[in-house]
Amino acid sequence: MKILKSLAVATAVSTLALAAQAETKIGMITTLSGGGAGLGVDVRDGFMLAIEAAGRDDVEVVIEDDQRKPESAVQIADRMIQSEKVDIMTGIIWSNLAMAVVPAATAQDVFYLSPNAGPSALAGKRCHKNYFNVAWQNDNLHEAAGAYANDAGLKNSFILAPNYPAGKDALTGYKRMYGGELAGEIYTKLGQTDYAAEIAQIRASGADSVYFFLPGGMGISFLKQYADSGVDLPVVGPAFSFDQGILQAVGAAALGIKNTSQWNKDIDNAANVAFVADFQAKYGRLPSLYASQGFDTANLILSALDKADVKDQDAFRAALEAADFDSVRGDFKFGNNHHPVQNIYVREVIQEGDVFTNKIIATGLTDHADAYASECNM
Amino acid sequence: MSLILILEQVLNGLQFGVMLFLMAAGLTLVFGVMGLINLAHGALYMVGAFAAAAVAGWTGSFVLALIASLAAAAAAGALVEVTVIRRLYDRDHLDQVLATFALILIFSEGTRWLFGSFPLFLDVPDYLSGPVTLPGGIQYPLYRLAIIVIGLMVGAGLFWLIARTRIGVQIRAGEADREMIAALGVDISKLYTLVFALGAALAGLAGALVGAIQSVQVGMGEPVLILAFVVIVIGGIGSIKGALVGALLVGLTDTLGGVFLPRLFALLMEPAAAASLGASLASMLIYILMAAVLLVRPSGLFGGSA
Repeated sequence: MKILKSLAVATAVSTLALAAQAETKIGMITTLSGGGAGLGVDVRDGFMLAIEAAGRDDVEVVIEDDQRKPESAVQIADRMIQSEKVDIMTGIIWSNLAMAVVPAATAQDVFYLSPNAGPSALAGKRCHKNYFNVAWQNDNLHEAAGAYANDAGLKNSFILAPNYPAGKDALTGYKRMYGGELAGEIYTKLGQTDYAAEIAQIRASGADSVYFFLPGGMGISFLKQYADSGVDLPVVGPAFSFDQGILQAVGAAALGIKNTSQWNKDIDNAANVAFVADFQAKYGRLPSLYASQGFDTANLILSALDKADVKDQDAFRAALEAADFDSVRGDFKFGNNHHPVQNIYVREVIQEGDVFTNKIIATGLTDHADAYASECNM
Repeated sequence: MSLILILEQVLNGLQFGVMLFLMAAGLTLVFGVMGLINLAHGALYMVGAFAAAAVAGWTGSFVLALIASLAAAAAAGALVEVTVIRRLYDRDHLDQVLATFALILIFSEGTRWLFGSFPLFLDVPDYLSGPVTLPGGIQYPLYRLAIIVIGLMVGAGLFWLIARTRIGVQIRAGEADREMIAALGVDISKLYTLVFALGAALAGLAGALVGAIQSVQVGMGEPVLILAFVVIVIGGIGSIKGALVGALLVGLTDTLGGVFLPRLFALLMEPAAAASLGASLASMLIYILMAAVLLVRPSGLFGGSA
């Protein structure tokens, strides 16, 4: 394991060809091995695309793999903060890992910019002046899905999510906006791969639609089994089960499904067009929303570094708060709790040639802030 | 709750149990015959699934994909036995756990290196897709029925192999007394490689069968591995019959517990809390079952007195 880690560091270091006296040190802890690695790889690749394009020799990025384990994330974070003296940290994908790392890091005067996880606990009472979320608060995409369900006239949803912090945030978010009845509500095991029992309950429930939050491999399993079960109720989900990394594995079973996202490759602005083209040219695949979040996070950091030195914490924080960068999402600004206020779109899964991807069909929520912002006193 | 739903859930539990049996059979054989704790068994499951996905991608044939999964996992198993595992038989269990854990990491990162970090596509073939209507009006996916049938057939074949063939005699003898059958002139190292490859092939088949309805990705084997260990501990280490009974018990307990516990709690409390508490308790249920079995029969249901 040690060897793997030092290899990871070595590659990170060598790809950067960093200057010996880098002025700003960024520590990225993300998931690069095991089942959730696709998400971490996308965040890293998006992030490094922006850093390398900037071509600055005063920024050093140290990348380490948390293996999706909270305990190793905490260890890496301690080492990065205490011996490597990083100024900024980023990268964590999973909310349970973020909860283990972020409060300790921000308390030690390190900036943390989340490219993905947005647990509700860190958006409300436990918000922190050094914590920024560049992706979304966990509830956001689910709130948009609830709003979409109302617009689509769905009145009796069956909802399910894994039994962990982000799963609870998901169903809470959906129910916050959704106005109809619930035909059923299930928490599944985190990492569960067989959904036969849940699908049987959906079939027996008399629901008119299904809402599910099952990120990564869980979503692939659910969709394939759902398509094979003969239950043909409409399905709605957040983008996490329909991102570019997993759509090819789901195949035609996902076609036509509506899902909600703050980003898609067809958002029409110059930054996004360039991002999609550059990402494809460099990595040979289409970017996912995770890659877009990594890219935005890096560009936000770079924009703040242009204005202020990271050692001058108050000035750097103000520069981050200004969010003066060209987001691939278009307009981007922070709310008072350092979480995004942004549009969330409704997408539909389509097929382009032999590639499955998404297209935006509507705007679900406009300039949407999260529900916890009012509890945050910074 | 209707009878149809209950029956459908029992079928789901059976199907899950049969899949666990394919995993646990190899694990229990290897432990019973060679006294080896093989944590890398889940990696062989993953190898089977990836081989199936790759071959299905090239040829479009699901049958060829299944054959490829058997062959690839058996070959990987034999290779690992000859190069690594063979050196571990005389070592204590801690060394075995360490070495086979290292194998998990090597297999995972090797697979990522070959196939990338993103899940692969493997789908149910057309002739097995979609639901069928069973007597009583139960709609059930044909593919899951096929898994039950294939699993039971493999189980029957395994019983025949162990109980009725010369190899089976040698395996049972090896389980009882290793030194003695070596002294009787049986090529013990060849037998070990064969048993290990057989166990690996079964794991690979399970990976391919399940891969078609789940996601084929790096690390897919480890959650199943834990359940397979629970199965062989409940069934009694080394016993194929124990593995079958244990697998069906775990499959049914896990599936039915996950469905009925939240409903039971819903009678007592508000739905959201009941769903959350019921789901938490349901995921503990098989471990509670294991503890209960061990309390009554410390060596498992069909375990020897060793």
